[in-house]
Amino acid sequence: MNLETLARIREEGQANAAMRVATGLPGTGVHHVMVCGGTGCTSSGSEKLCELFASEAEKQGIADKVKVVRTGCFGLCALGPIVIVYPEGTFYSQVKAEDVAEIVESHLLGGEPVERLVYEDIGDLKLPEGHSPTLYDTVFYHKQLRLALRNCGRINPEDINEYIAVDGYRALAKVLTEMTPDEVIQTVLDSGLRGRGGAGFPTGRKWMFAKAPAPKKYVVCNADEGDPGAFMDRSILEGDPHAVLEAMAIAGYAIGADEGYIYVRAEYPIAVQRLTIAIEQAREAGLLGKDIFGTGFDFDIQLRLGAGAFVCGEETALLTSIEGNRGEPRPRPPFPAVKGLFGKPTVINNVETYANICQIILNGADWFASQGTKTSTGTKVFALGGKIKHTGLVEVPMGTTLREIIYDIGGGIPNGKKFKAAQTGGPSGGCIPAANLDTAVDYDSLKAIGSMMGSGGMIIMDEDNCMVDIAKFFLEFTVDESCGKCVPCRLGTRRMLDILTRITEGKGEDGDIEKLEAIAADLQCSALCALGQTAPNPVVSTLRYFRDEYEAHIYEKRCPAGACKALLQYAIDPEKCKGCSLCSKKCPAGAISGEIKKPFTIDPAKCIKCGVCMETCRFGAVVKK
Amino acid sequence: MALTKEQIASKTEELKAFIAAHKDIDGPLMPIMQHAQESFSYLSMETMTLIADSLGIPVADVYGIATFYAQFSLKPKGDYVVSVCQGTACYVKGAAAVLEEVKSRLGIEAGETTPDGKFSIQDTRCLGCCGLAPVMVVNGDVYGRLVPADIKGILEKYDA
Amino acid sequence: MENKTVTLTVDGVTVTVPADATVLDAAREAGVNIPTLCYLKDVNAIGSCRLCLVEIQGARGLQAACVSPVAEGQVVTTNSPKLRETRRMNLELILSNHNRECTSCVRSGNCELQALCREYGVDDYPYDGKLSSEKYDDVSPSIVRDNSKCINCRRCVATCNKVQGIGAIGVSGRGFRSEIGCIYGESLADSPCVYCGQCILACPVGALKEKDSISDVYAALASGKHVVVQPAPAVRATIGEEFGYPVGTSVTGKLATALRRLGFAKVFDTDFGADLTIMEEGAELIHRLQNGGKLPMITSCSPGWVNYCEKFYPEFLPNLSTCKSPHEMEGAMIKTYYAEKAGIDPKDIYVVSVMPCTAKKFEAKRGELSHDGLQDVDAVLTVRELAKMIRSAGIDFRRLPDSDFDSLLGESSGAGVIFGATGGVMEAALRTVYEKLTGKTLDDVNFTAVRGTAGVKEAEIDLDGKKITVAVANGTKNASNLLEAVKRGERDYTFIEVMGCPGGCVCGGGTPIVNATDRVYIDLKAERAKALYAEDAGKPNRKSHENSEIKAIYADFLGSPNSHKAHELLHTSYSPRAKYSKHEA
Repeated sequence: MNLETLARIREEGQANAAMRVATGLPGTGVHHVMVCGGTGCTSSGSEKLCELFASEAEKQGIADKVKVVRTGCFGLCALGPIVIVYPEGTFYSQVKAEDVAEIVESHLLGGEPVERLVYEDIGDLKLPEGHSPTLYDTVFYHKQLRLALRNCGRINPEDINEYIAVDGYRALAKVLTEMTPDEVIQTVLDSGLRGRGGAGFPTGRKWMFAKAPAPKKYVVCNADEGDPGAFMDRSILEGDPHAVLEAMAIAGYAIGADEGYIYVRAEYPIAVQRLTIAIEQAREAGLLGKDIFGTGFDFDIQLRLGAGAFVCGEETALLTSIEGNRGEPRPRPPFPAVKGLFGKPTVINNVETYANICQIILNGADWFASQGTKTSTGTKVFALGGKIKHTGLVEVPMGTTLREIIYDIGGGIPNGKKFKAAQTGGPSGGCIPAANLDTAVDYDSLKAIGSMMGSGGMIIMDEDNCMVDIAKFFLEFTVDESCGKCVPCRLGTRRMLDILTRITEGKGEDGDIEKLEAIAADLQCSALCALGQTAPNPVVSTLRYFRDEYEAHIYEKRCPAGACKALLQYAIDPEKCKGCSLCSKKCPAGAISGEIKKPFTIDPAKCIKCGVCMETCRFGAVVKK
Repeated sequence: MALTKEQIASKTEELKAFIAAHKDIDGPLMPIMQHAQESFSYLSMETMTLIADSLGIPVADVYGIATFYAQFSLKPKGDYVVSVCQGTACYVKGAAAVLEEVKSRLGIEAGETTPDGKFSIQDTRCLGCCGLAPVMVVNGDVYGRLVPADIKGILEKYDA
Repeated sequence: MENKTVTLTVDGVTVTVPADATVLDAAREAGVNIPTLCYLKDVNAIGSCRLCLVEIQGARGLQAACVSPVAEGQVVTTNSPKLRETRRMNLELILSNHNRECTSCVRSGNCELQALCREYGVDDYPYDGKLSSEKYDDVSPSIVRDNSKCINCRRCVATCNKVQGIGAIGVSGRGFRSEIGCIYGESLADSPCVYCGQCILACPVGALKEKDSISDVYAALASGKHVVVQPAPAVRATIGEEFGYPVGTSVTGKLATALRRLGFAKVFDTDFGADLTIMEEGAELIHRLQNGGKLPMITSCSPGWVNYCEKFYPEFLPNLSTCKSPHEMEGAMIKTYYAEKAGIDPKDIYVVSVMPCTAKKFEAKRGELSHDGLQDVDAVLTVRELAKMIRSAGIDFRRLPDSDFDSLLGESSGAGVIFGATGGVMEAALRTVYEKLTGKTLDDVNFTAVRGTAGVKEAEIDLDGKKITVAVANGTKNASNLLEAVKRGERDYTFIEVMGCPGGCVCGGGTPIVNATDRVYIDLKAERAKALYAEDAGKPNRKSHENSEIKAIYADFLGSPNSHKAHELLHTSYSPRAKYSKHEA
């Protein structure tokens, strides 16, 4: 592939590409039906939808006027499967197989969108008269700024030409033909881009450290996204795999490496498949391999699959794993930039970091630096999950407040429950209480309130979630996922879990909180890797903001949220009970007895606290104590 | 499903070919072990010995790696692998109760296989379908927004 | 490359060290001992115990000194309230997962964990919880592994894999559940383990020890049996350490006295057995040389090596000398020659060997090392076990007078003495083979080319015009390297000495345990060997064939070396063994 071919492919696809960004353009007379092919929507049957759209269009004789595109993730996973129809930009949600014929007939053939399926929650946004809301008008999208996710939902990730049409591989062409390696590094440095995988180390500095000449170097992509409840990287790989390949090649040029590795979770089959296709297509097109664009620059990429170990998200553990060992972290220094994969200087960045590189090259460092805040430039992708209406993937400028993310974009807490905490940063992060909802989300502010950006998981919790239980959940995770190499992590996390388990079982003692704090402090300063050093964060942050819940468990043997089984009792309010006996019939333990039409009672000795009676009762007579 | 002798023999030959093709790449061990795991559904002593001997490393090293990564299994898995997501999003929405229900229905713990070899339970960390939480996957079929009461029906589908 | 150095300060002391040194090295140079547990010089440096943490100005967080590279102008602090507190905390965490039966533990008194807990004033166990593993493996006749005491420092694993190249044990599982052991939690007895016991020497705590034979020996002593003892050459060069003598002190005379006071009926000397071995092995070599026998001939006196050969290099079994090891020969002679002379029924004799070795415990139980249904040797004590017996018997070792070994099987030449050092068997054999083959007297009995602590040594020996090439390997991994070179045809030797343990018997798995810090400063292999070479040099007779009791035993009993009788009593055979006996197809 030469520059001319690249430009030609781009031009050919430009009309389509443009239509899928700015709605209202006249279009090309062809409807583009974009069906989300991310994991969430695929799980709810989106693959079938693609086939149905194609066959229905055929049936209606408009096959040549309909282009069905299976894309990456649109973000609003809670309402999947999602279908967007261009040029109108109509946003269909929760589309079922039986809806397809109607959409084809009414919308694609008749030009009338199927209103009942259109998602049009636009909040208080005012639209011009007669203008029906598009995807970009909805509350979910309106406040987002999709840079890393720019192509997710916009292109067919399995077609390299669609990527090229949206400026794909132009950044690589630019650096290879117009920039020196030093200029590339300087640009990344000036952009202020910080690593999106965890600690937020400046990407440009990482590259600079790996600059010193060496006969062999590597570029590695950390796609071992292991935070439970985080799927930013997966979505990028599923929706825009070439962006990562291109950025890795750019990094290779910048530091002088000719080989790259992507270490991706095996639990992400769709991402693996799309990466495999993308690498093949890029090789075929000469965008990976020898003498790229005839510049003499060689770069190729290999895929390696993770094998189910969270710790391999830690960069040195990841390298150790590729080398064929137990994925145990190595001490730093020496840092990977000096001694990395197979002992060679290595630059290792995560997926989302790479996803920003090409735009930085094309639009300039200043453009990127102007987004977000001064010390946290650009945007950040979050995986919103838990007790929130719009579960899904959102990308916002750094500095957006938690409140905006949770209430404006996320739609707030369902079922009229009260917000209790947002957990960011996964097992390494912390829980942020309601009082801090107006905190701007950036690396430094999150750290200041005891959490961390992490890779971008954001789990929302409501009043029914017990914070001691949540801390215990995370400790269970770290105990399970600790590699076991260093003493503080191997034993400290376990002893913390022992104590937390005792507390949630009503066996907490005076002094337990202090012990938790002592072990936490030890881990933070003496564990070998970041996983261990940050492992106590969920405990530390819940102790900081929800100490009263710990104290209630320990001193009053009470779980205020009513979540810790051992500490709660179900009882029947005799005032409300109508004596219908339904709960008694449903009780799997035979713990409920009584006379019909008289208040029933629960035998606490038999009760297994499953909660079925509470779910069953139509009069709200079953209460947790 | 238990492999027949012939299947084991042909898979072993195929593994040998894979090893021969990959033993000289940088860091050959993980891809080879992953290939073997996928092919046999577990790593037997014979498989681990073959890999260790081919690469000139102690069996104990292969064993150490096999027991480090959740992907590897030392015992054959059931015909149906029930993965119940225990990621945070699923957890805060009640995944623990779902897992409990699966365990009690099948009478085994997570990581175990039913005596008839039909089902295995795996407690998985985040399948990435947080929008569908709580989620469970049975051999690739995804079930979302689960409550314990759903489990019986789902398992019955596979227990025909 | 030029020898680059860097200068840094450690606790205010300025030191200059090689550029590839670690902060731990630099601190030692500055006279500062940073506490360590998982670190073992030249063997294990993984930064996992988090006790050697230091503060390095400008570095993020605390750094593990054992793996931190030095840098020019670095400012290191090794002792601050924060560091002390962190170390103490990590010790408490280690103790929370440690079986604290310290009072009766085999390592009480020289346990590295115990010593550190004392230094750091750990007097409380606030984080007690369930132990991660309580696996106890005492199936093998040589080594006991007790995971309830294991602190996962991995020194044993590194020793087994990296130093010895065996890989019998490894780390399995993950996190809190990770543990050290054989595959599938099986016993060492079913593993590739060769029982060299190097892991025991590496262990900082009591998670590894020899299988106890003390109770058997006490029982025998109390049984009315005729209990005879023989200590190996290396015992005299090492047991002094157990009683406070500096490393490399020879205590032969006190050793004989102590054994006698323990109540052994006869105190013979395995050095005699060593001389006997040379007679047989020398004759065997000459026979092979003259009759086109299998060459290179390889020594067979190290049972760790023999196990290794059977499990890892069965193709070399025909090369092994058929000679039993010295203490087995001695045992066989005690139960025949001595029994006859003393008029005792061999069934009433109980032979105890004191060995620097754990593999000897396994060897003594080999069915092929028996005669008329009686094992040649009945019990094997390690040096450590003997020291324990001496202490518990109230014998004040340091005040003991010297005495000699009992005659008949107690005299030795200098050649027998140096068996305990790597190269010693080769040198002893050469002294005899030279004279037997050439009929000439050696001008200089010192074959210094085969001395020293290098892992593999080679020499060309001039047997009065006939040149032969010999090699010496110590440690099974070095042996493997050597044999691979032979297999590839790159090397061609006539005679090879192999010792299973690095440094030979003086550093065998049954010798006194020296803690990791002292191992930094003391070259155990060299110092202990020195004691033996000094004893050799001081002997009036330095050749096995000139030992008068040797001459007597051939004249009175055996006839000549490699005679029919000698073959029956002093030679054996070998067979391949499975590495994983439970998984044999």
